[in-house]
Amino acid sequence: MRERKASGTGAIVITFLLAGWLAILPLPDALALGRPEWLTLVLIYWVIALPHRVGVFWGFGAGLFQDVLTGSVLGQHAVALSVVAYIALAMHKRLRVFLPLQQVVVVFLLVGTGSLLSYIVQNAVGRTLLPPVWVLLPALVSALLWRPLFAVLRWVRHRFLVR
Amino acid sequence: MLNLSFETPNPGYRLLLALVLGTVLMLLDQRTEQVQVIRHSVGYLTAPVHYLAHLPGAMGSWVTGQARSRSDLFDENEQLARQLLILQQRVQRLAVLEAENTRLRELLNSSSELDTGVLAAEIIGIEPDPSRQELIINKGSHDGVYRGQAVLDASGLLGQVVDVGPFTARVLLITDASHALSVQVNRNGVRAILAGTGQLGIVRLLFVPDTADIEEGDLLVSTGLDQLFPRGYPVAEVVRIEHDRSAPFARVDARPTAHIDRASHVLLVEGPRHLGLRVGEQPDDPGPATEERR
Repeated sequence: MRERKASGTGAIVITFLLAGWLAILPLPDALALGRPEWLTLVLIYWVIALPHRVGVFWGFGAGLFQDVLTGSVLGQHAVALSVVAYIALAMHKRLRVFLPLQQVVVVFLLVGTGSLLSYIVQNAVGRTLLPPVWVLLPALVSALLWRPLFAVLRWVRHRFLVR
Repeated sequence: MLNLSFETPNPGYRLLLALVLGTVLMLLDQRTEQVQVIRHSVGYLTAPVHYLAHLPGAMGSWVTGQARSRSDLFDENEQLARQLLILQQRVQRLAVLEAENTRLRELLNSSSELDTGVLAAEIIGIEPDPSRQELIINKGSHDGVYRGQAVLDASGLLGQVVDVGPFTARVLLITDASHALSVQVNRNGVRAILAGTGQLGIVRLLFVPDTADIEEGDLLVSTGLDQLFPRGYPVAEVVRIEHDRSAPFARVDARPTAHIDRASHVLLVEGPRHLGLRVGEQPDDPGPATEERR
């Protein structure tokens, strides 16, 4: 493929920081149960858009950031997001041509995979109170938010010439 | 089967590296204190995010503060002045009592003391995960906060510092399901372990014999025996006792005296372990009160 000069790393980092901000914004208890996985969604977008730049290590870094942000076990989200990035990387070509509805389903599965992985770690250190079914709710909300977020991030990518 | 088509060289090795690295991190984080360095350095990145997340709420209370009427402020001012007078009168008596207490302790050759260093902090965040009871405060290692420091509000013990970033710190509340501390009944000195339940506003005494002299309304104060919390601060008030003949222990529920869901400012005080230590020195283990309960 044609070699292009990478640009716009700052814009990518800022979208991740904003996703982290959304992830800890105080919400009422009832809504907090369905809080979408913003960082996972942003990661999936960038992997699909720039597979030659954003990959497994970006997932690891974003996950580590989330670990410190939410005070979970170090490595919990790092491992989960690495796996999500890898799967998204493996199927980014198909994801690009999928119909919106198909994309939403795949995003649901991806976010669910990430959440379950981090649930397993959380459970291993004895810090879960809710049954694993509750993981599905954030995954569902995340999937529903995928299309709007996709539009916003695509605008960011074009506006700030991220390549 | 998945038809793997990558633009870059196969990222499988990278995934493997990430998985190994992540697993090592998790194990180190659970077993040792070394990876706190990583937490602390990533903290420079997370601190501004925490401050930003606090912004909407802070602006909300600023607007309500601006919109209050003059007469309301007068009323509040008057009320505060009255409260101050009462407190000042109590402090006057306290000075005498403290001096007397010190004298008596000297007579007894006992070295324990109650007075400790205090640092005020503001709560800027609440843990988003509903299964964990934690707070973020706006003071960090740059202000001298250390792991294991006790956190109080105006009416009682709130929790302890579990993570310290450069400008923020994370406080584990006494209501978290993984938290426990040593308390005694203020009335008669009966000691017990007070554990969190994961529910706001309910803590529970563990392993209380059916015959123990504990009544509803008893005040539970910290003992300092856990080497973490300073002695003599109110922690909770017993609200319900259930005796079940089939169970080996009585079930004793208590309500924290601290306003856990309403506090906006907290105090950080030094526990007994640190009174003899130099500033900046850290104990290697967080102490028995943070032990994981299964």
